Amino acid sequence: MSDTTIPAMPTLPAPRRTGHPAFWLASAAVALVSILALRGIGSEYAYFAATFILQYVVLATAWNILGGYAGYVNFGAAAFFAAGAYTTVAIGKALGLSLLPCIGFAALVGGVLGLGTGILTLRLRGAYFAIATLCLSVVLQTIVVNWDYVGGSRGAYVIRPREVPWPFESYSGYLCAVMVVLAAAAVAIARSIEKSRLGLGLAALRDDEAAAEAAGVPTLRLKLIATTISGAMMAVAGAPLPLLGSYVEPNSAFGLSYAVNAIAMPLIGGTGSWAGPLIGAVLLASLQQAATVTISSAANLMIVGVVLVVFVCAAPHGIIGLFRRQK
Amino acid sequence: MDPDLALLLNGIVSGLLLGGLYAAAAAGLSISFGMLDVVNIAHPAFMVLGALLVALLWGATGIDPLILSVLLTPAFWALGAAIYVVYHHFFERRGDEAIQGLAFFFGVMFIIEVGLVLAIGPEQHFADAAYAGITWRLGEIDLPLRMLVPALVAFAAIGGLALFLRRSFTGRAIAAVAQDREALRLLAIDPVRIKRLAFGISIAMAALAGGALVVVQPVDAWSGHVFIGRVFAVVIMGGLSSLGGCVLAALAFGVVENVTASFYGPSWSPAVAFGCLLLVLAIRPQGFFGRVA
Amino acid sequence: MEGLSRRGLGRAALAAAITVPATVPATARAQTAPSGPPIRIGYSMSLSGGLAGNGRPALIAHRIWQEDVNAKGGLLGRPVELVHYDDQSTGAQVPGIYTKLIDVDKVDLVISGYATAIIAPAMPIVMQRNMTFVSLFGTGANNDFKYDRYFSINPAGSKVKETFAKGFIDLAMAMEPRPRSIALVNLDSDFHQRTAESARYLAREAGLRIVYDRAYPPSTVDFSPIIRAVQAARPDVVFVGSYPPDTAGLLRAASELRVNFQMFGGPMIGPHITAQKLQLGPILNNLVVWDVYAPEPTLQFPGTQALIEKYQPVAAREGTDALGHYVPPLAYAQMQVLEQAVKRVGRIDQAALAADMHASTFETVIGPLKFDALGEWTEERNLYTQYQGVQGNGIDQFRKAGTQVILYPQRYKSGDLRKPYTAGA
Repeated sequence: MSDTTIPAMPTLPAPRRTGHPAFWLASAAVALVSILALRGIGSEYAYFAATFILQYVVLATAWNILGGYAGYVNFGAAAFFAAGAYTTVAIGKALGLSLLPCIGFAALVGGVLGLGTGILTLRLRGAYFAIATLCLSVVLQTIVVNWDYVGGSRGAYVIRPREVPWPFESYSGYLCAVMVVLAAAAVAIARSIEKSRLGLGLAALRDDEAAAEAAGVPTLRLKLIATTISGAMMAVAGAPLPLLGSYVEPNSAFGLSYAVNAIAMPLIGGTGSWAGPLIGAVLLASLQQAATVTISSAANLMIVGVVLVVFVCAAPHGIIGLFRRQK
Repeated sequence: MDPDLALLLNGIVSGLLLGGLYAAAAAGLSISFGMLDVVNIAHPAFMVLGALLVALLWGATGIDPLILSVLLTPAFWALGAAIYVVYHHFFERRGDEAIQGLAFFFGVMFIIEVGLVLAIGPEQHFADAAYAGITWRLGEIDLPLRMLVPALVAFAAIGGLALFLRRSFTGRAIAAVAQDREALRLLAIDPVRIKRLAFGISIAMAALAGGALVVVQPVDAWSGHVFIGRVFAVVIMGGLSSLGGCVLAALAFGVVENVTASFYGPSWSPAVAFGCLLLVLAIRPQGFFGRVA
Repeated sequence: MEGLSRRGLGRAALAAAITVPATVPATARAQTAPSGPPIRIGYSMSLSGGLAGNGRPALIAHRIWQEDVNAKGGLLGRPVELVHYDDQSTGAQVPGIYTKLIDVDKVDLVISGYATAIIAPAMPIVMQRNMTFVSLFGTGANNDFKYDRYFSINPAGSKVKETFAKGFIDLAMAMEPRPRSIALVNLDSDFHQRTAESARYLAREAGLRIVYDRAYPPSTVDFSPIIRAVQAARPDVVFVGSYPPDTAGLLRAASELRVNFQMFGGPMIGPHITAQKLQLGPILNNLVVWDVYAPEPTLQFPGTQALIEKYQPVAAREGTDALGHYVPPLAYAQMQVLEQAVKRVGRIDQAALAADMHASTFETVIGPLKFDALGEWTEERNLYTQYQGVQGNGIDQFRKAGTQVILYPQRYKSGDLRKPYTAGA
């Protein structure tokens, strides 16, 4: 399971401070403990709820690499997420591969898509970038709707395999474990970037792009790297979706709630650090999941809006910012 | 007349009428986003709020929807001014408007939509104008009043607004705030007061657009989503702060959509229209990109 | 009470067996007051989002059924309790809701929410637990799963391609003079791709020339280019598949462009919703619409009228669809199927329930039903109806017979086709 995390390491810039291997080990340990703990609970619903929350951890962390570190707001998170989901559908149908290779392909597709977005929007800043990503989302959805091979607007059925990989007793447990590993890897990648030269460069980009460029920071290259990594990770977040519900259709895969949550979660947690999206995603996704099965009315969508507005007004640097200020 | 030519002419004319609706929806955004740098992604949601209020009032009184939407504009102006006060207090003053401000309006959009569902339900609402069933004919070209009247009202409102911005002192101050905030201070004008006024006007335009929308089609709480991409596309293609450019871009957008739908099938019209925008964004010189925060 | 039901199905059944005899001596009282732990029926229902316009009326019908059953002494002598959560019309919420219902709430029975997008994501969860599943308005939701405990409440039946548009094409071919060409317009969605496929297939069978065949996307605002392109193709009949916002747009555009077609209509979901009936008014005249129910004398079954009469005051109070002619009868029938199977089997046993549903015929408010191997109706019942003599925008004309006459199938026929369709002109 942890083999998905290892190949990602060498591609990262060399650590400037000590603690990267330690952090990776720590996330691997946390992942292992979470999997064991979930097995201990052993309830299918616990598996599902955990998968639901963790998919948002991956998505929010991925969004934050571009949005938080580099200051580029991506409104098209749903497009990348759906690209991942539809990669699983297409690859699964064409080559009959199982989930893990599909996740790899999703990362590839998301990365290429991110790179393409980066190139297309090379010189766009601020709101223009945001709107360009929104347009990308519309164009991509139109393409999927008109692409019959993956079901078009009818949606596609992806039946879960009958045999469950060892040592899991149900497919939901397996999916959940995959998601735990992906989330741990995503957080570790985000932290590695944050503490590396790349992270410093992105921060310079966010604070003043012109000044950074004048100071010799390769802004365009950094931006392309950030859009690629962010895109790849968002697609990875979406890759298990078809197997989670056995059915995907464009309207739900491109759903507004993914775009909203991808933005709201890092903002609520705090965009400056890897812990922000993690805290935001766990908090907001748990709240939504809990509200779905308790309040269970339109009011639980209200929670996202109200929490978002209250936080951006009262705590502009997120929950992390609140704690920092108290110190 | 050659049937293909008639189809093309009618495609263009209906596109222009549709463009009128887009212009109504985009004009307010052209002020808030184009002139004030306030990225109000909730603008279409305000329009839907206006449309549903018009529908409810129409159900109660039977007054013409467009007149009702004009009557709603002062209330929407006040709402807009209040929202701007909040926005300024929390974001602009701190210099946080880029991401936090965007997220704020995203949240506002959610609150409006869900609030509408909770208050009046998820069903569609409609309001019938007396003229909605009438169609004028010029030769082979049809002019349905259902589309024509809202478009004309929108053009009249936009024209009046443009006149106000160009002629009156306050109007020129609004145009100036877009370009140089400090210069205004030197003239002893409070830029915040001016921006509050202008943002109020932009939301008032959303109410008017809502009236136009509900004449054209039935409306539910989510009807705004279809317009988010389109109105931003229109404002950007129009070159931001120019109302004239906004109207021209809206008309062009409508014509592209409808001519594509007439000849190549409607399933490609959104991709064609948004592809145009992506192209504009990618190849358009930085000129109008430089100014954004 | 909860403690009992938590011990699993077998023990719950045992508990029922213990409690039922206790009430037996007072049969008359049992008729009015069910006792023992409740039978819990769990499902997800769209109360917000795009499907809520039909989800809310469906829920009202379910609640009416619950009251009816509990008033008659409950199910197996136990009261019935509905456990439902709002899925916000998002399929991604559905697996979580069903795992919660089954694992945490320990419901005894599950049914589906409204429409394919909500039914399909529930299937793997339900199949994993081998539970019997009665669904509402799914099209082909079981084609890929082939689950033998799935039962569908959808009049379209299993052979959608061969049968769905048959009524429409048959009516068209019976006209004098016989039509020669047809235009097909459909919304790009699951249901309407299937309906258009059926019309395309049957039109070719009947020798009709297809002169226009295009899908339009859900984000369409202006429909006049579509209607105009159809007009330019000069078809004799036009088959349209659309959902409510677009149906209004298409019919408005048709009226503005003064269409004149021998026959116009199809599965134009729109006038099924009361608000749209009222808004469109005379534009509906001579429109041929696929429907599932119309208040015609030929289509009355035991309980139908009672349901509508109970529904309408509740709907007025809760502000949902006023007439309730579309989804509520089907949603009520969904519960009746479950009720009758449970009564015949006499206990909560998923395998036995499924076996009974395959074997029996069910008497429901929408008529007798029987299911085939994949759980679809053995005999489809696509109604083609025509609005006739609509005047103004009042609601009362739609309550009475004769406004929406049934043209097809023959056994329910209550009126004759009028032509042409001129969009109220």
